[in-house]
Amino acid sequence: MCGQMNIHEYQGKQLFKMQGLPVQQGVHCKTIQEALDAYDSLGSEIVAVKSQIHAGGRGKGILYKPNTEDLVMEGGVKIAFNRDEVEKYTTSILGNKLVTKQTGPNGKIVKNIYIEAGCSIAHEYYLAILVDREMKMPLIMASTEGGMDIEEVAENTPEAIHKVHVDLSEGLLDSQITQLCNSLDLNETSTESFSKMIQGLFSLFVEKDCSMIEINPLVRTKNNDMVLLDAKVGFDENALFRHQDILEMRDLSEEEPTEVKAKDTGLSYVKLEGNIGCLVNGAGLAMATMDVIKLYGGEPANFLDVGGGANEEQVKTAFSIILDDPAVKGILVNIFGGIMRCDIIARGVIGATQALDLDVPLVVRLVGTNFEEGRKILSESNLNIHTAETLAEGAQKIVSLVRGGK
Amino acid sequence: MSIWIKEDSKILVQGITGKQGTFHATKMAEYGTHVVGGVTPGKGGMNLDLGAYEVPIWNTMKEAITNSSADASVIYVPPRFAANAIIEAADAFYEVRGEGVIVCITEGIPTLDMIKASAHVANIEGVRLIGPNCPGIITPGKNGGCKIGIMPGHIHSKGRIGIVSKSGTLTYEAVAQTMSIDEGQTTCVGIGGDPVNGTGFIDCLSAFENDSDTVAVVMIGEIGGTAEEEAAEWVSKNMTKPVVGFVAGMTAPPGKRMGHAGAIISGGKGTAKEKVSAMESAGISCANDPSEIGKVLLKALENAGLR
Repeated sequence: MCGQMNIHEYQGKQLFKMQGLPVQQGVHCKTIQEALDAYDSLGSEIVAVKSQIHAGGRGKGILYKPNTEDLVMEGGVKIAFNRDEVEKYTTSILGNKLVTKQTGPNGKIVKNIYIEAGCSIAHEYYLAILVDREMKMPLIMASTEGGMDIEEVAENTPEAIHKVHVDLSEGLLDSQITQLCNSLDLNETSTESFSKMIQGLFSLFVEKDCSMIEINPLVRTKNNDMVLLDAKVGFDENALFRHQDILEMRDLSEEEPTEVKAKDTGLSYVKLEGNIGCLVNGAGLAMATMDVIKLYGGEPANFLDVGGGANEEQVKTAFSIILDDPAVKGILVNIFGGIMRCDIIARGVIGATQALDLDVPLVVRLVGTNFEEGRKILSESNLNIHTAETLAEGAQKIVSLVRGGK
Repeated sequence: MSIWIKEDSKILVQGITGKQGTFHATKMAEYGTHVVGGVTPGKGGMNLDLGAYEVPIWNTMKEAITNSSADASVIYVPPRFAANAIIEAADAFYEVRGEGVIVCITEGIPTLDMIKASAHVANIEGVRLIGPNCPGIITPGKNGGCKIGIMPGHIHSKGRIGIVSKSGTLTYEAVAQTMSIDEGQTTCVGIGGDPVNGTGFIDCLSAFENDSDTVAVVMIGEIGGTAEEEAAEWVSKNMTKPVVGFVAGMTAPPGKRMGHAGAIISGGKGTAKEKVSAMESAGISCANDPSEIGKVLLKALENAGLR
C-alpha cells in the first residue's frame, strides 16, 4: 500500500495553474480533431505536441505501431510550426506505442495528448522537490543543466545540482530562495519570477502531499520570466485519503491491470520478466526470495507480498494474480509465519490449487507459527506440492522443476 | 543486558481497544511482556482482559505514564492518527519521566506527517522512536521476555547476538539463522522500511557496540536510500564487534517499487550491489542468501575467537 500515485503532465499543469504558477496555455486532447481545435483556439503559431503517458524520457522516446512494431516516429514530444504539422504529429502519436527509457521495452499506448503554446526559450533549467529520506526533510534540487538527462548530470557533474533542505516547521526561507537564485545565476527580473514560483510550488508540494515534483525543463524566456514547461507530479498514496481531488485524477489505464487488482485486495504485486511466480509475506523477504531464485539460476516472474495478516481468500487471489501471467511456469511460496499462521496458509494453498486447477509445479516453504501443522496439511493433501525447509532449498527445487519442464 | 528495552520494561499500548491493538497486546502479555495498560481516547477508566491478566485504559498518554510509570509505548493506531499519537507519546514521556521509547508498528502513515513527527521526537532528548512500519523490538528473557510489536515471540531465545533490520519477516529469518548455529539474541530491532523513520542503523549499531552482552551484530538492509552505506562507514570507524549482513533486492528492477515505499532506487543510488560492496569494504561479511546468514555469522564468531 506504500507508493506513489502519478498523474499526467496536463493534470499537473492544471494544478500549477490553480496555484497561480506560470505555465503556458495548453489543451488536453484525445482525438486529432480536438488537437486541431486546440491549435486554432490557442492562438499561438508554434505549439508543442506532447504525448501524455506516466513515464519520463518522452522527448527521446520512439513511437511504434502497436501490432506490427513498425517505427512511426522518433520523439514523443514535437514542436509544430503550423496546423498541418499538428495534424501530422497527432496522427503519429495517438493510438501508437511510445517506448522510452522509463517505460521498458513494451512501451505504453498513447491515449492522451497535450497541445501547448510555444514559448521563446533563453535557457533551460532543472527543478525538483522530493523527500530526502536520510535527512528526513523535503529537498529542493535545481540545476542550470536542464532539458537533458538529469541522471547523467548527477553522475558526471554532481556539483551542477544545487540542493536546499527545507525544515517543515520553518517553511522555505527567503535566504534559501536567494541561495537557489544565486546558484542558478539569475538576473534581477528572473529572480523575482523564480522566487514567487518556488514559493508556490513548495506550498503545492506540502498542501497536496506530493512525493515528487519534477520540472525538466523549467525555462527562462527571452523576457526573463520563469515558466514551468514540464510537470511530473507524484503523490504519496498513504495521504490520498485527504485529497479527493487528486484521487479523481488517477488514470487506471496507465497502470498494470494485475497490479491494480492486487492493490484492491490489499496485496502488493509487481510484474517482472521471468517465469517463476513468487508468493511471499513481507516486502524484504519477497525481494530476498527473488534474489535467491536468481542466485540458483532462475528468473522471478513477479514480486508479491501478501502482507502480515493474509487470509485464505487473499492467498487464493494471490495465486490467481500470479497465474494471470502466461509466462509463469512454476510457483514458489515462501512464508515465515508470524502473525500469519502456517496452517492457514497451507489451507489457502490447497484451496487455490484445487480451485484454479494448478498445472505448474509448486514448491512451498513454511516456517514459523504452526509450521508443523502446515506441512502436515500439505503432505496429507495428496496434491503434487513439493515442500522445502529453507529458502535456498525451495529456490533450488523450483528452478530445477521449471527447467525439467514438468 | 540488552539495548533500550529490558526484560522487565513496562509497556503501554496506544490504540489498545482496536482489533490490532487488542490482538497484539494479548500476544505480548502471553509472551511475558509487562503490559501495564493502554490508551484509547474516550475509553479511559475501563479495563481490558488480555487473557494473562487485565489492564487499565486511560484517555491520554500523560495520565497513563503518570499512573503506570511505563518505560515504553507501542502504537497500533490507524495511519491517519499515528503521527499525532507519536507526538503525544513523546511529549508525555518527556514531561512525566524525561525519557521513554516509542515503538510505532502502524503501516501507511503519510510521509509528510512522519517528517513532522520524527523532527518533533528528534528535538526531545531522552525520547526514542522506533519505526514506523516495523515489527517492533524484542529483548528475549530467560522466561519469556519483553516483546514490543508483532513478531512471533517463540522463535527467539536469550543470547548474545544483536539484530537490526529494515524488514519484518527477514528479521525473523535472521533470528532463525542465529538459532540454527545455537546462538540467541540480546535485542532485535526492526527499524522499518518507510522513507522516513525514527531510529536508524547507526543508532542500533552504536547501542550494540556499547552493550556488554552483545558480542556480534546481524544487520539486514534493503534497496533504497543510503542508510546502509552510511552505517557501513560508521562501522569501519567505530565498531569493534563483528557485524555480518544481508541486503534484499539484488534483482529488483530500477524504478520499480517493491512494497516498501523506501525501496525505490533513484538515480542509480541505493542499489543492493552498492550497499553490499560498501558493507564488505567496511569489514561486514554479507550473505548472498538469507539461508546462509547463520554460516557467515558462525565464521565471523570463529574469526573473532568467540566460538
